[in-house]
Amino acid sequence: MKSNLEHSEAAAIFNKDVKRVDWHDETLWFVREKRDKAAHQIPEWELLRETASEIKNNVLSNMHDYLLEFESNAQKNGITIHWAADADEHNKIVHSIMEKHGVKQMVKSKSMLTEECHLNEYLSEKGIDVIDSDLGERIVQLRKEPPSHIVLPAIHLKKEDVSETFHEHLGTEKGNNDPQYLTEAARLHLRDTFLTRKVALTGVNFAIAETGEIVVCTNEGNADMGVHLADVHIACMGFEKIIPQRKHLSVFLRLLARSATGQPITTFSSHFKTPRDGKEMHIVIVDNGRTTQLGREDFRSSLKCIRCGACMNTCPVYRRSGGHSYHNAVAGPIGSILAPNLDMSKNADLPFASTLCGSCTNVCPVKIDIHNQLYKWRQVLVKEGHTPLGKTVAMKGMATVLANPMVFDFAGKAGRFVMKNMPVLVNNSLNPWYKQREMPAPPEESFREWYKKNAKESKDKKDE
Amino acid sequence: MSSRTTILEKIKQNQPTAISELPNLGTLGLESFEILDKYKAVLKGIGGDFVEVLNYDAIISFVKKNYATEKRMITTIPELAEIAATDWFNDDPHSLENVELTLVKAHFGVAENSALWVTDDLLGQRVSTFIPQYLAIVVNKKDIVATMHQAYDRIGNQEYGFGTFIAGPSKTADIEQSLVLGAHGARGLTVFFMD
Ligand code: SF4
Repeated sequence: MKSNLEHSEAAAIFNKDVKRVDWHDETLWFVREKRDKAAHQIPEWELLRETASEIKNNVLSNMHDYLLEFESNAQKNGITIHWAADADEHNKIVHSIMEKHGVKQMVKSKSMLTEECHLNEYLSEKGIDVIDSDLGERIVQLRKEPPSHIVLPAIHLKKEDVSETFHEHLGTEKGNNDPQYLTEAARLHLRDTFLTRKVALTGVNFAIAETGEIVVCTNEGNADMGVHLADVHIACMGFEKIIPQRKHLSVFLRLLARSATGQPITTFSSHFKTPRDGKEMHIVIVDNGRTTQLGREDFRSSLKCIRCGACMNTCPVYRRSGGHSYHNAVAGPIGSILAPNLDMSKNADLPFASTLCGSCTNVCPVKIDIHNQLYKWRQVLVKEGHTPLGKTVAMKGMATVLANPMVFDFAGKAGRFVMKNMPVLVNNSLNPWYKQREMPAPPEESFREWYKKNAKESKDKKDE
Repeated sequence: MSSRTTILEKIKQNQPTAISELPNLGTLGLESFEILDKYKAVLKGIGGDFVEVLNYDAIISFVKKNYATEKRMITTIPELAEIAATDWFNDDPHSLENVELTLVKAHFGVAENSALWVTDDLLGQRVSTFIPQYLAIVVNKKDIVATMHQAYDRIGNQEYGFGTFIAGPSKTADIEQSLVLGAHGARGLTVFFMD
């Protein structure tokens, strides 16, 4: 990962370039708007979300049996199944398959799980060369950065940045910032990769218990180009990717791309059921903390996530702090629920990187109550002593204020007094929201005072 | 204990005890619209193109007029043998690297997203629709269904080793959200509608 900075600190650095932050914000909002347009074209959108959520709830309560069913069907299809308890075991399994074939090179399409497990770093230490074939992932890989978004890995970069990177690594013309030209350069460079790699690794969007097949969705066609030209296909999945039956794909494929980018479906939705004749296919099923999350009643529904990224695109904090400030493979609202499960003390800051506005929950295609879970994580983290002092004080203050309208009323008045007379108290690290933000001038009267007065005035008027 | 046993046991212990029933999908995808019009509009919207043809001869003359026929063309459709090779099914897939145009048939198409369903029995080789510079897919007009629900009803428990929905040409918007057609797969897709 890039740094050990807390989210608020990393966000403060990201916020120094105001123009760029505005651009980042607008770009993601544009994607969110495309999602809205696509969703509004489906009259039964809400029913689809509800159905997807119900299917995933069923999966959570039958996880054990579905996994067994999937395993046995996949084995019948000629696929080798591996189980990995954690990231390390996952990496070792992948490496052992490479070793068995005496292969030193791999082409890899998008897989957030391998980011979570830091597979690239592991393999490169073992002398294995990994090339990420998704364009966005290739860009960040060349820059030695992690992806900043699960669907749009290079969304934090401007075309000038990409041009620089390609000039340095692929020899493109200096200063040519045309996306068409740059994409073409990557196409040629990666075509050569596809033609020479014997092992292809992909992620998994859905694994179907009933048939033992997996589905991988891409727009570029990079997963298929890699797999169909390689001798060995390795697919890595968290166990929560399982769905019961093939027909349930209808629901998820209608929701996924529309929620992600506003497309009606990804260009390719590939169903891999058997290896090609004489070739090998492996599926690595990974736990890495997921069983623990499954046991946390308040947070287990985070395992319903289909990784569409909609909650990030809509999140006012994500849009203005950038994916890297979350120091976790999955950023944004959903990442902030998943990360503390992996390591509470390292990720204690993330559930606080939210305004709890609930926009994430409103767009989530599988109806995860994201903002509620962020709020619940805060309680858990504070109780277990994982939050930095600044936030603990602020949180406790906030909890008392919200719990008691009398205090709220008073806090409003006192707050205005403090802001008018002691601005330094607001402008310090006890208030994480102050960063890069002019605090609004304190209003002359608080909303409550205004309301009381106006309600009374209008009542007086009526009575006239 | 193996990781398999540990993981499965932990899942059994930790999964919710209250069983949630699977929902009924029967009420989804019943909205009515003009199927073919919808298909065409969506296909255009995602960068694909279509041509209505009466027969294979019409496809042949269209291809001769619009594609670089001096380059390598491959197909799995015997009726198109005049313009495209049909003898590559058992070749090393890497040797398809220089293909300009692949022509295949689809089982059916889906109006709501313009996706076409193909499986390995129609593909010749799995990579055939991904590796060429351009792609053309033939589908019968009567084989367009409304939504993904009808699509999976139709697939049912069809046997295949590999199957894929293809919707438009390959694309990326990874550089500043600017849409570029032709990422790694085909740069263009033409759908031939047959009566
Ligand atoms: S939590 Fe919901 S909105 Fe966020 S990525 Fe997952 S499925 Fe999409």
